[in-house]
Order: sequence, then C-alpha cells, then structure tokens
Amino acid sequence: MSEHKNHISSYKSQVIVLLTLLVLTVLTVTITSVHLGPFNTAAAMLIASIKAAIVLLYFMHLKFDEKIYRFMVTLVLAIYAVVIVITFFDYLYR
Amino acid sequence: MTGTSSTHRLPSYLEYQGKYTGIRAWILSTDHKRIALLYLYSQIFFFLAGLVMGLFMKLELIAPGEQIMGPQTYNALFTVHGLTMIFLFIIPGLAASFGNFMIPIMIGAKDVAFPKLNLFSWYLFIAGAVIILIGVFSGDGPPDTGWTFYAPYSLKTNTNVVLSVFGAFVLGFSSILTGLNFIVTIHRMRAPGMGFFRMPLFIWSLYGTAWIQLLATPVVGITFLMVVADRLLDIGFFDPAKGGDPVLYQHLFWIYSHPAVYIMILPAMGAITEIIVTFSRRTVFGYKAIAMSSLAIAFVGYLVWGHHMFTSGMSETARLVFSFLTFLVAIPSAIKVFNWTATLYKGSISLEPPFWWAMAFIFIFMIGGFTGLILGSVSTDVHVHDTVFVVAHFHYIVFGGAGIAFFAALHYWYPKMFGKMYSKKIANWSLIGLFVGFNATYMPMFFLGYMGMPRRYYDYLPQFADLNLLSTVGSWIMATSLIVVIVNLLRAKKLSHEEMDDPWGGRTLEWKIESPPSLENFEEIPVINHEPYELIEK
Amino acid sequence: MEQNHVAHTEHFDPVASKIGMWLFIFTEILLFGGLFIVYSVYRYNHQVEFHLAAQELDVTIGLINTIILLISSMTVAMSITALQLGNKKLTLILLAVTILLALIFLVNKYFEWGAKIHHDIYPGSEFLLSLSKGDMLFFGLYFFMTGLHAIHIIAGVALLGVVFVKVKNGSVNKDRVSLLENGGLYWHLVDLIWIFLFPLFYLIH
Repeated sequence: MSEHKNHISSYKSQVIVLLTLLVLTVLTVTITSVHLGPFNTAAAMLIASIKAAIVLLYFMHLKFDEKIYRFMVTLVLAIYAVVIVITFFDYLYR
Repeated sequence: MTGTSSTHRLPSYLEYQGKYTGIRAWILSTDHKRIALLYLYSQIFFFLAGLVMGLFMKLELIAPGEQIMGPQTYNALFTVHGLTMIFLFIIPGLAASFGNFMIPIMIGAKDVAFPKLNLFSWYLFIAGAVIILIGVFSGDGPPDTGWTFYAPYSLKTNTNVVLSVFGAFVLGFSSILTGLNFIVTIHRMRAPGMGFFRMPLFIWSLYGTAWIQLLATPVVGITFLMVVADRLLDIGFFDPAKGGDPVLYQHLFWIYSHPAVYIMILPAMGAITEIIVTFSRRTVFGYKAIAMSSLAIAFVGYLVWGHHMFTSGMSETARLVFSFLTFLVAIPSAIKVFNWTATLYKGSISLEPPFWWAMAFIFIFMIGGFTGLILGSVSTDVHVHDTVFVVAHFHYIVFGGAGIAFFAALHYWYPKMFGKMYSKKIANWSLIGLFVGFNATYMPMFFLGYMGMPRRYYDYLPQFADLNLLSTVGSWIMATSLIVVIVNLLRAKKLSHEEMDDPWGGRTLEWKIESPPSLENFEEIPVINHEPYELIEK
Repeated sequence: MEQNHVAHTEHFDPVASKIGMWLFIFTEILLFGGLFIVYSVYRYNHQVEFHLAAQELDVTIGLINTIILLISSMTVAMSITALQLGNKKLTLILLAVTILLALIFLVNKYFEWGAKIHHDIYPGSEFLLSLSKGDMLFFGLYFFMTGLHAIHIIAGVALLGVVFVKVKNGSVNKDRVSLLENGGLYWHLVDLIWIFLFPLFYLIH
C-alpha cells in the first residue's frame, strides 16, 4: 500500500462538519417530537445514519484515505446489516 | 536464499540467547516462533485434559445404569470437556500454533506486524484458561449447562457460570487480537513480489479465519457479558420472567458459534492443501478457486447460524431461510475437496506420514460433511436434534477434521520446527489405530442418535447398550493411539541439517530456510518472482 | 555468542497501526452491534412500553451530551490538524479540551443515573421488577448500553491522556502522528455509538 500524500483537513472544514452535525441533531429532535407514528423511528435512524456517515467520511478521514478502508468499513456494516435482517426473519414471522 | 554453509549457521530460534535466560526467555519472548510453541504446548496439554474428560464420560456410558458417576458430575464433565476442547484447543487451533509459526516465514517476513500484541494474546489465552480452571475447582463448582450456556438454565443454575463465561470472554479477546495481528501482517508484511495471489493457500485460509475471529467473536463476548449482567445484576436480558427471550440468547450465541466452526476448519483445510500439494509433487489444481472458497466460507458462514436452532421455536420462515443458506455454505467446502482430488490426480504421490494423515482427514471430514447435510435439512434435523447423532457429526468434523489436520500439520512441519524426524513407521501405525478407534467410537453414535438416544444424558435405555459398549471400547483404542502419536513425536531424533531443511521437497518458503529456523527467519528478505508452488532452484 | 543485534528491527509502519486501529473499531461495532440487535428485537416486541418508558428520560440532558460529544469529535480532529501543521501548543490545548468535554459528559451521566436510582429505577430494584416486561427491558438495556458506552469513554479519556503526555514529551510529533490519529479514530467511534444511542433511548416519544 503506497503512502498517500498526506491530506490535512482544514480547521474550517472541521467546523463546517460540526455545524452540519449539530443542525442534523436539532432536526432529529424536532422531527421526533411531531407524531408521525412508525416514521418517527425511520426518520431518526435515517438522520443518525447520515450523521454517522459524515463522522466516518470527514472526521475519521475515510473520504481522503485509500479505497481499501472504505471497502472494509462497508463490508463490515454489510455483514452486520445482513445478520440483523436474518434475525428478524424469526421475529417478524413468529 | 539461506546461503549459509553448516559451519556458518546462525543460532536457531530455539538456541538463541537474548536478553533473558531460562523460562523467562520463553514467556517473555516476542518471537513468533516461540509464541507458536507456547501455544502448541498449551493446546496439546488442554487437548489431553479434554481427552481424559471424554474418556470418563465414555466410561460412564459403557453400560446402562450408573457406573462411576451421577448426573451432576456427568453434566459438569460434558460442559468442561466442551469448553476445554473448543475454547482451549481447537479455536486457537492451527492458527495460533502453526499460523503463528508459519505466516511470517511463508510470506517472507521476519515476524508478525505486532509481536508484543502477539505475546499478549498468549497471556490472555492462559489467563482465560486459569479463570475457567478456577471456575471448575472452586466455590459452586463447575458449570453444568453445556458449553453453550443456554438461558434460562444458565441464569439459574447454582454453579460457576459467571467465572466460566468470563473466562471464555477473556479467551475471545485473545482470539480477536490474534485475528487482528494476522490480518495486518498479511496485508503489510509480504515480501517484495508476493502479491495476494502468490501467497500459499495456508495463508489464504488463515486470512479468512482472521476476519471471522475479528468480526464474530465480539458478538459472543457481549452475549456472555449479558449473561453475567443477568446473573449478577438481575437485568433480565434472557430471563422470561423479566421479559427476556431465551431464543434471542441462542441467536446471539450461534451468530458467533457457527462462524466459530469455520475458525476451526479453515486453517485445517489450508494445512491439508499444503500437505497434498507437497506430497503430490506438483502444483495445486485450482489455486484461485481454493483461495476464493476460503473467503466464501468465511462470508456465507455468517448467515447460517439458525440451523442450530431448528427446534427452538423460531418462525417457519427463519427455519427455511437458514436451511437454504446452510446448503449454500456446503458448496465452497466441496469445491476444496474436488480441488484436492484434482491435485492428486496425475501427481507423483510421495507416501509419507503427513500424506496419510491428510487422506484420513479427507475421508473422515467428508463423513462429517455429509451428515451435516442431514442436519441442515429441517425435516431430518427435527428427528435427530439433541440426539447423539449431532454429537457424532461434530466430532467427525471437528475432531476427525480439524483435530486430525492439527496432527497432520504437526507431522508435516515437525522437522522444520524442531530439526528432528520421528519414526515414520510408528506415525503410520498410530494413525491406523487412531482411524480405527475414531470410527469405532463415533460411527455407532449416528445409529444411536437415529434410534433416539438423547445427548447430554448420563444414562440411556437398554436397547442402546451394545453400540455404546462398542463406542466406549473404541475410545480406548483411540486414546491409546493418540498417546503413541505423541510419544513418537517426543522421541524424534535430531538429524543433519541437510536432511532436515527440506525432507519432503516442499514448494513454499519455509522449506528454503534452515530447520529449525534462525531467529529472524531469513538472512535477507527474499524477492518473489515465481508463481505459488512453482518448483524453483534453491 | 555473535554480535549483540536487536532481536527484531523495530519497524515503524504507521499504515499497519492505522489498519490495526480500524480492525479494532470493527470489533467494537460488532460488540455494540449485538446490543443494538437485542434492543431492536425487544423494542419490536414491546413497542408501546418502550415508548412510554422513554418518556422517563430527560431529552435535554441527552441533547446536551450529544452536543458535547460532537464538539469533542471536532476538537480531537482539529488537534490532528494542529500537530500535522507543527503547532504543538494548539494540539495540547485541543486535546485537553476534548478530555474536558468527555469528563463533563461523564458528570452529566452521573447525575442522570443518580436521578434514576433515586427514583428506585435501577437493574434489580424492587420497583423495576414490579413494572411491565417492556419497562424492565427498556431500563435494563438503558443502563447496560449507556454504562458500557461510559466505560468506553473512560477508556478513551485514558488513551487521549497517554497521547497528551506523548505529544508533550515529543514522542508523538509532526512526523509521527500515528498515535494521535488512531486515538482520534477511537474517540470518533465512541461518538458514533452515542449518535445511535441518543435517538433510540431519548427520542422515541
């Protein structure tokens, strides 16, 4: 694996990332205080996933690293997702 | 590549004098080869301990009625037998011993990526073993839940569940760190020119195994922590009285424990591949197929855990899904068997002990595999679940498969690791004894299970008596043969370097260096410019 | 014997350490992942009770803690930039702020838990055992998951503390950023877990 020329995140980009995360957090709280039934959970989880993706890509630097890291993270999350889905084949159909 | 004449050899890793002397030179050493031996010796010790427990169980089952122990003792025995054999012998398995020894050498490196972490893994291994031992010999006594610790009984029984489960947790940590170390080592430390598709297939199998160790073990880790929380803090994760679902325990437990069986078998199959290639004296058939099948097994292995739970109360949908996926995972294993056969075909077979051990593996493993299909099909599984049919199946696969591969690897790499050769005649005869004893012990159990004899019972109905007697006598033949195997290895003779450096005509890097290897394996890191298993000039 | 050479050339490979830290993060994802599986199954089976039980939790404290962790992720990311630019003093300040934020998080958690325990809501309490199954499961999961998360915060504080000392004495510096980068990765993981814990426990009303 070759060393990538070192990408240094700027302070400015990090502040922007934080502000984005804070906005999304406030959004989550607002959305879930409105009664949307099952969509509340879906919305909260969707926003949480977006926040997580932002942390992974920017703070954890995945966007600027070699592809192999993104590949590994995706693989692990995929395996985990499949495991949950299969578990629910039991509970959904009992 | 070694370039040294016998008079100028560096001291071997066994003779090397570093900062420490005596026993500290071993338990403080970060040399992957010494750590490998620390694991090897510990694992063989635990195997023998587990063997003794098994023999006592078989002795109780020699005839109907109580012979030498009551049900509580029997239950504790099969629990600790399972814990010992699984967590202390076959899960560290070939990876911790032969993997540690051979990975750096086979990829042309001087050590693993994190040598100190490697030693720490062994410390955790021993710590976990000690914790389990304390659980066996102290306080409320050894657990009687089976190594599977099913809730809610594991939450209620007045035995040392917390200690045992915590010991298993520590062992899991050891396994995770070894997996982490191996993945980084394989990614970062291959010699120049050794791309992924030039690595020996043993390395591929260890790579797949390492990912399973890394990703599956945490799930059982957290499950065991929840069991501890249920027992100590009364939380109620798996206690029905507090809303918990015991079937959820089973899901979480098997989400690890099924991939765990691939931790046991993948390195074994990798070693068998190496042995078959060497003793066919030709290159392997279907290198890419074998490499990819290792990854396929690792991946699909995550999806089939429910086949341990067909009678637990899962939904019908789940049962069908798991059964279908289980049949899928059999395919890559079958691919390996086809490739081994094709490698043997038109090879120039060299009939040495490791070859015979590999043949025994294939025969016994296939019986285990076929009976796995019976268990993978819901309709037949329901009939034999929780009978000794299952016990026979997994002993064929784990003991007859991974266990025999362990000894096959030991016979194969023994000259390399120790610079000594054992009596080949005794090795072959003891294998025959083991083969006969093994089949006499476990084959009857397929029939007994089919006829309805339950597992984990210290007694049985009179109609099962004859086959049980045969099985118990078989266990004596098996145990005796195993003792002969081990004594034969211990009495191996030191031969000359010329004879020991490459006694089999191997085609992988370890056979290009001295036996035993020097501390840093290579005087100079080799540059690889040939395909795997290609015959090259020394 | 022969020359006294070092047993192993201590090779310096920052890529190896980085891969190692990511692999460790994967184990943590699966560790907490198991708990999220338990949570989803029990919530699926006790939806109403989970909704009601969640109302016992204080959204404001949860929100404050979320904001604290998000800011701390930024400060640790900034500390890496600072070190890469050679600004040792700023690096130390940012690390200190990160650790301080973590400690504030823990203090908040202490008060939160304290309030619950004061109201007799804790694992194994008589009161909790008298409630519905859904309630017992909710609070059991709440204490176990936030407790395990808090343990990871403490571990993170210790790790960042070690990094702080090493930056101070110069062994972690502009040309050897690895330990700080990997410490940062671990810290972001702790943040990631909370990003999911917060809505799942506090925002289902």
